[in-house]
Amino acid sequence: MRTLDTKEIADCVYRLARKAGVTLTPACHAALESAAARETGAARFALETVLMNEATAKAERMPVCQDTGMAVVLLELGQDVHLTGAPLKEAVNDGVRRAYRDGYFRKSICDPLTRENTGDNTPAHLHLDMVAGENVAVTFLPKGFGSENMSRLVMLTPSQGRAGIVDTIVETVKIAGSRPCPPVCVGVGIGGAFDSCAFLAKKALTREVGSRSPREDVASIEEEALEKINALNIGPQGFGGNVTALSVACEIAPTHIAGLPVAVNIQCHCVRCEKEVL
Amino acid sequence: MKRLTLPLSDEETRALRAGEGVLLSGVIYTARDCAHKRLFALLDEGKPLPVDLKETYIYYAGPCPAPEGKACGSCGPTTSARMNAFAPRLLDLGLRGMIGKGEMSEETRAALRRNGRVYFAAVGGAGAAYGNAIQKMELVAFPDLLSEAIYRMEVVDFPLVVAIDSLGNSVYDR
Repeated sequence: MRTLDTKEIADCVYRLARKAGVTLTPACHAALESAAARETGAARFALETVLMNEATAKAERMPVCQDTGMAVVLLELGQDVHLTGAPLKEAVNDGVRRAYRDGYFRKSICDPLTRENTGDNTPAHLHLDMVAGENVAVTFLPKGFGSENMSRLVMLTPSQGRAGIVDTIVETVKIAGSRPCPPVCVGVGIGGAFDSCAFLAKKALTREVGSRSPREDVASIEEEALEKINALNIGPQGFGGNVTALSVACEIAPTHIAGLPVAVNIQCHCVRCEKEVL
Repeated sequence: MKRLTLPLSDEETRALRAGEGVLLSGVIYTARDCAHKRLFALLDEGKPLPVDLKETYIYYAGPCPAPEGKACGSCGPTTSARMNAFAPRLLDLGLRGMIGKGEMSEETRAALRRNGRVYFAAVGGAGAAYGNAIQKMELVAFPDLLSEAIYRMEVVDFPLVVAIDSLGNSVYDR
């Protein structure tokens, strides 16, 4: 049994949030560079501005995007860890609160009805998973809402199958059009239930940009959907072009014999995701 | 790329074509969903607005807080389509133009054409670049809205694309 003060988790969330706010992942950067080389005109101008912006953010230590997002924290907690100190949720919120204050990040969390801002970007959106062992794996995903707004969940019928899944993914990106800051990354949940399917889609967005599912049939859905999305000619910022999506990542889980839930979570081209194992 | 300074003359505005890149300097005002709702409430009550629409270009944006030594933090555009409910009426009341990201509705497009105005697209996700181009910023209205308040900004060389021109041509058409 390992003992861990939740202060260490708070500090880890703080470190990851500070870094994520001002940094694109290396895989995202590579995908953007390769996309810029495939575009011309306004689409190329958009991607070059995005790459220039990344350099400015780094040099000035400014957030790459002003939408520093809802703080999504995925925590895989080893079951041989005994947590001490402040309650876990409080510790995570403490890390978020300090990071958004010290990093000069925007506070974007508000009451859904009164729209009153909580003022410190808490509460974090915490997903907790119990796993074997005595490690704690922390993933921090600042999730912007221009793209979140364009996400969808559809309850397909089992007979709609693979074709229905691909159509749902492509149609979601088509409906979103220029609004979510394309080229987008698409996280897809396949299976599970209404709620767990949506979580799978979010979890898919924490995968490295361009990575493929280890399951061949799932990887082939990712590849086909990506190809069809990039034939839509929405292009960077909706200016038209060859690159409407940088990647499609699907996560799957067993579902009920009567159903086929598919969730499509859209992420803009600003993929900011940091991970650490404690 | 063409360099322009706000306010644009009618001639300059009419000469812009969808898809062309410009570097824009001058005074703009931020407003997003909540600020627009409040502007509409004031209009409906017949009360004066905190800005003179006839002199105003709206930037659909909500900045990050300014770090020390800077006028403004990161400040890229937000999705303009959410403001389709507001843009036509404001344009008919004299609004000079908008800056945001992404397509807007047919109603907004018709209002731009009707009033001979232009909608510019900033590059979404380039918040640091735009924030750095803001030389001066001051709060104008609705301070309780924090980043969603109305701010007056003096900007230099904002990299933009003409998204919908005064004839109603759109860079988003295929």
